[in-house]
Amino acid sequence: MATSEKLEPPAPPSDATAAILVFAAVTMLVLPTLDAFGVIDHFTLNLWGKYLCYALLALSVDVLWGGTGLLSLGQGLFFALGGYMHGMYLMRMIGDQGQYHKPIPDFLVFLGWTELPAFWKPFEHFSFAMLMVFLLPGLIAGIFGWLAFRSRIKGVYFSILTQALTYAGALIFFRNNTLMGGNNGFTDFKLELGFALREPLTQRGLFIVTAAVLVGTILLLRWLQGTKFGLVQRAIRDGENRTLFSGYATPAFKLFIFVVAALIAAIGGALYVPQVGIINPSDMQTDKSLEAIVWVAVGGRGTIAGPILGAISVNLLKSYATRAMPDMWLILLGGLFLLVVLFLPGGLVSLPARLAPLWRKFRPTTSATV
Amino acid sequence: MSTTRIASLLSVGALALASLVSPARAEETVKVGVLHSLSGTMAISETSLRDVLLFTFDEINAKGGVLGKKIEPVVVDGASNWPLFAEKAKQLLEQDKVAVTFGCWTSVSRKSVLPVYEKNNGLLFYPVQYEGEEESKNVAYTAEAVNQQATPAVDYLLAQGVKKFYLLGSDYVYPQTTNLVLLEYLLSKGVPLENIGGGFRKDASGKIISAGKYTPFGHTDYQQIVAEIKQFSAGGSAAVVSTLNGDTNVPFFKEYAASGLTAETCPVVSFSISEDEFRGLPADKLVGQLGCWTYFQTLKSPANTKFVADFQAWLGKSTVPGIVKDGRVTCSPMVLSYDGVYLWKACVEKAGSFDVDKVREAWKSGVSFDGPGGKVTTQPNMHLTKNVFIGETKADGQFKILKAFDNVYGEPWLKGKFK
Repeated sequence: MATSEKLEPPAPPSDATAAILVFAAVTMLVLPTLDAFGVIDHFTLNLWGKYLCYALLALSVDVLWGGTGLLSLGQGLFFALGGYMHGMYLMRMIGDQGQYHKPIPDFLVFLGWTELPAFWKPFEHFSFAMLMVFLLPGLIAGIFGWLAFRSRIKGVYFSILTQALTYAGALIFFRNNTLMGGNNGFTDFKLELGFALREPLTQRGLFIVTAAVLVGTILLLRWLQGTKFGLVQRAIRDGENRTLFSGYATPAFKLFIFVVAALIAAIGGALYVPQVGIINPSDMQTDKSLEAIVWVAVGGRGTIAGPILGAISVNLLKSYATRAMPDMWLILLGGLFLLVVLFLPGGLVSLPARLAPLWRKFRPTTSATV
Repeated sequence: MSTTRIASLLSVGALALASLVSPARAEETVKVGVLHSLSGTMAISETSLRDVLLFTFDEINAKGGVLGKKIEPVVVDGASNWPLFAEKAKQLLEQDKVAVTFGCWTSVSRKSVLPVYEKNNGLLFYPVQYEGEEESKNVAYTAEAVNQQATPAVDYLLAQGVKKFYLLGSDYVYPQTTNLVLLEYLLSKGVPLENIGGGFRKDASGKIISAGKYTPFGHTDYQQIVAEIKQFSAGGSAAVVSTLNGDTNVPFFKEYAASGLTAETCPVVSFSISEDEFRGLPADKLVGQLGCWTYFQTLKSPANTKFVADFQAWLGKSTVPGIVKDGRVTCSPMVLSYDGVYLWKACVEKAGSFDVDKVREAWKSGVSFDGPGGKVTTQPNMHLTKNVFIGETKADGQFKILKAFDNVYGEPWLKGKFK
């Protein structure tokens, strides 16, 4: 451990710490307080809760893509699995309040079940559901990663396989016989730990938890970057063969980071479901995972702020534009992506650095011409 | 130069004035939500509903609006994305505070917005045939229930001497429920179990919990299924009851025609193919096959003639960005959207208020409207009594009407009803 200290990169600038503090204060304190006093409406806070969940998904993508050079097109699978695991608990908490007023979820009644299938039973315990939020996506990521990295599957082949993985997940969950709600998935949740999900107070609580998890993830990723592990991770990104020949078992490192990324996505999904109120296999379809890649590209990959900024800004724009210009919003969004790719390859986070020289050039000339 | 500058200054001034005046004008309008997918996989179907809704609002506004207020549509795009549907529903109810929403096509989109409407005590008008098994006080189901489409179609086939029925559908809740209801219905009509094709799935006790053959969305390989149908129908007097959805119908009907099966040897009655779907389907492959809806464009009535002509005229003048003007037709979901707006108007006028609780009471008390498909009447169970028609597909993608069932009561709870 003593040697690792020598390998640490220079301490990140203190303004990054300040930025995290501000971000934490705004999301965990200011927004919920504004909501409590009616300055912003509950809808807005709820919407931001969704964005923060998407930010976790974006971080999960970027830990792999910007951080390790692994472009996974299937992070949506882990996000949705996390959501499904939490969703199973929420479905159990509906009790007999469903359309059929039976003690088992509506879709099971509809499929002709009269009692709960065995694998559903433990999900009435919140703690079990939370354990599964981590266990199932972690296990799948572990097995898939172990097979893929051991076989030295890299680059575009890795991307295609991850895409196939999430597509396979979607196909399995679309089947009614999987007993996970089929195409409709889970919806119409009532209670979370005894609190009514319809109450603004519950939603505010969920928002604060989401913000706290996001801030915690940011801190974790920053800490990880500073360790020897983070250094090897970057080395793999910049030259995997060299790292391998320097004596590092790169498959093990990649496997670890792949599982960590899956867990980040899964917890994002688990927080997403009670706030959005629905989870279904469409979240496992490949386009959802590709959308997350776009957020990261727009925000700026290889950074921590970039994916968060990208997820929030793209979704904010999407929420605004699907209301303000329902016929034209896709063109607007598509145009924005093109602009970013063409003129701002570093993403939105690189904007201040790109504008700084322009500003310096612009300032004296204005005084000269006016 | 200077005159144009003055003109532009004037127009800016006029705009500013208009924006000052507009709050006063806003009081004379009532906000109405339109929640359909204008992009993504469902856009081809749902954009038509957006169009007909905007047409209906213009028609009503031209005659003075509702309770003296002009309808102000708030159009949002659900983008075939179910969580986004929930978000847009929240926005319409909590931010825009719309008096009513017309929207949704797929059952999953309805299921995703339902909790939002129940929480905010909103009102959603839902216009597309669906599986039933639901009755929310916050949804006005103008849609066809299973007994307004599937069971009349089977009645027609039975009367035609059909003795064997093959059940085929896409794997989701609407086909699964419809086929379970049909199974019970056919058995109650004396059709033996071995004459019902597509297979059954039973639970441990031997009770049938799923009937029919199911394929995933977007399935393309129907060779084996069509071979099975061919075998099933070999003795004659057989028919296929199809709840296949969307694009999947193209490979299915191609394979069907290629195998030598025809509407004469074994007709297919489809519940998800209307005139509008033929904009994306080859009608010549389906000639003679059957459809069952509460409206066909070929209906001969003054109300329908006027509706079709007015809608085409409106399309011609429309300035909605990206609206498709050529080759447009009218179909049952469009007419049920149209009827829905007029029924809402009638309920509001009867209640003398836009208040959702009062409008619902008016709906439950029974309100009628003479629409393009004939008279529709609201029911206490939030569904709609309407006429049902059986039609035969023609090469131009229209239907020749074969039979009409008048004033069929909408019944959402059908499972276990036919013994």
